Amino acid sequence: MSDQTTKLIHAFSALADLGEELADTRDFEEMVRTTLHVVLGALGVRRGAVAEYMQDDATLRFVAAWGLGDDAPATLPFAAASAEMLSAPHPRALSLSESEQLKLVQHQLGDTLVATLGELRLQLVVPLVVHKKFVGFILLGDKATDEEFTVYEREVVRTMARHIGVGIFNHRLLREVEQRAEESRGLYDNLRTIYRDTVRAFAAAIDCKDKYTQGHSERVGKYSEIIAREMGWSEEQVEGIAVAGYLHDIGKLVVERDIINAPYKIDAKQSSELNRHPAAGYEILAPIQHPYADIPLMAKYHHERIDGRGYPEGLTGDQIPPGAKIVSVADSFDAMTTDRTYKRRKVFTEVVEDFRKNAGKQFAPEVLAALCRAMLKEVNGETKERVMIKLLGKGYLEPEECRPLLVELIAELESGASLAAGSV
Amino acid sequence: MVDSHDRSPVRSARSGDIAVIYASDYLNKLSGERIERECRAHLGAGCRALVVDFKNTGLVNSIGVSIMLGVIDAAERAHAPLVFSNVNSQAAQLFEILGLTLHAALAADEHAALRMLSDLNVAHPQRVPVGKHT
Repeated sequence: MSDQTTKLIHAFSALADLGEELADTRDFEEMVRTTLHVVLGALGVRRGAVAEYMQDDATLRFVAAWGLGDDAPATLPFAAASAEMLSAPHPRALSLSESEQLKLVQHQLGDTLVATLGELRLQLVVPLVVHKKFVGFILLGDKATDEEFTVYEREVVRTMARHIGVGIFNHRLLREVEQRAEESRGLYDNLRTIYRDTVRAFAAAIDCKDKYTQGHSERVGKYSEIIAREMGWSEEQVEGIAVAGYLHDIGKLVVERDIINAPYKIDAKQSSELNRHPAAGYEILAPIQHPYADIPLMAKYHHERIDGRGYPEGLTGDQIPPGAKIVSVADSFDAMTTDRTYKRRKVFTEVVEDFRKNAGKQFAPEVLAALCRAMLKEVNGETKERVMIKLLGKGYLEPEECRPLLVELIAELESGASLAAGSV
Repeated sequence: MVDSHDRSPVRSARSGDIAVIYASDYLNKLSGERIERECRAHLGAGCRALVVDFKNTGLVNSIGVSIMLGVIDAAERAHAPLVFSNVNSQAAQLFEILGLTLHAALAADEHAALRMLSDLNVAHPQRVPVGKHT
């Protein structure tokens, strides 16, 4: 085979290798390094570099270098005006070794860059231009043959440069998309924070209306969160149920304050007015686009009972949304364990008895079981945070007393859970 | 001759002041750069001459050529003679066209390469007469 044919086949094969390497976008710098090897090896060039133009700070960043030893700079300043000048499509390869071209090259690249390239013994400069945008250079040193680059070789380099330019351009686009996605994620996180803060503010407003139950909404939110997590819900769902807990009583905002705050047993008419609050809550929450599913339904149905004797719709068992079953238990648990002016809170043994009596009637047994398991874990010191112990106050959960009660109740609830009518 | 770097993916051996580095069957960037690093390591450890053996190498592509130019560069900076042995005819033609043989000699096999370097007395390094030797 003649030398010319061998050379041609080698160049074609290098072009094919280049395509393959450019398609591998997993590691940008690795990709550029490999493509530099392909260019150098295609023509037998002893040293070279690929520099990317960074528009933001008007610099050339040396992404890959070979044969430059420790002399390769990390970056070099490069004027935006020069980048503009080089943005014409199909740019020529610029030679620093041809005196007739030197003035033009100095004009286009600037004296400082030309001097630096001279020191690095890089003599052929090929601009990378994509869609009339200058994205960088391929910089080549002398050939192993010590001969000048032929017209044919310059064409090979220009062709390769077009491919490499597209590779860098695509990577840049990808980087921008990733950056925008990151910004969007940040905005989304901010929105979620604002949403959560708003929810907390609403919870405080709700609790302000009821002077006997300060902090109730927040506690129901926290208990709901703990129960859902214990039941294996995803973190997204756990966040949602916490919000539902915070807002479950939002409908009380439309109920007269005198009824909510009545320090005596209210009459049937007042009771009917008070019982409007779950449906009213739904009306308030339904038009809002919540980042979590079913928040309005959890508010609407948190007074439903498994046995169908709840309100507003008298749903039974599985007709009640799982989240509403959790909020219902959290709501009742907080009502039982906090003092009201007309009623002292229940001691722990009474709470256990209430759970036992109402499992499968008012409450879903598996939800009660989850609450008890979470409580037991806190009592046993198995959790990092002791949220329930803190909320219930020092001395409420005495380990020696409550541990056997919880163990026994959990066993009962779990053995009966599968038989319960309303499973979550 | 004692094998060294048994655990390294690049196999190499030392014969006095001469290091022999065995190229793998296909020189991609990863394996190629390991060869170049191995050569630099031997030169750094006091080797006075290098042999890169291509007995197991079927294809030398553009990446392989670039890597070998890096080896040439390393050898020249250390004033160490360099010989490529067992280069197949296609690769030899390519090395010649692209000018690699102006900087490194070709030897028929590893023994011929070692003989060539011994004749030069690598204790007093000088450039190996370049071109094909059998």
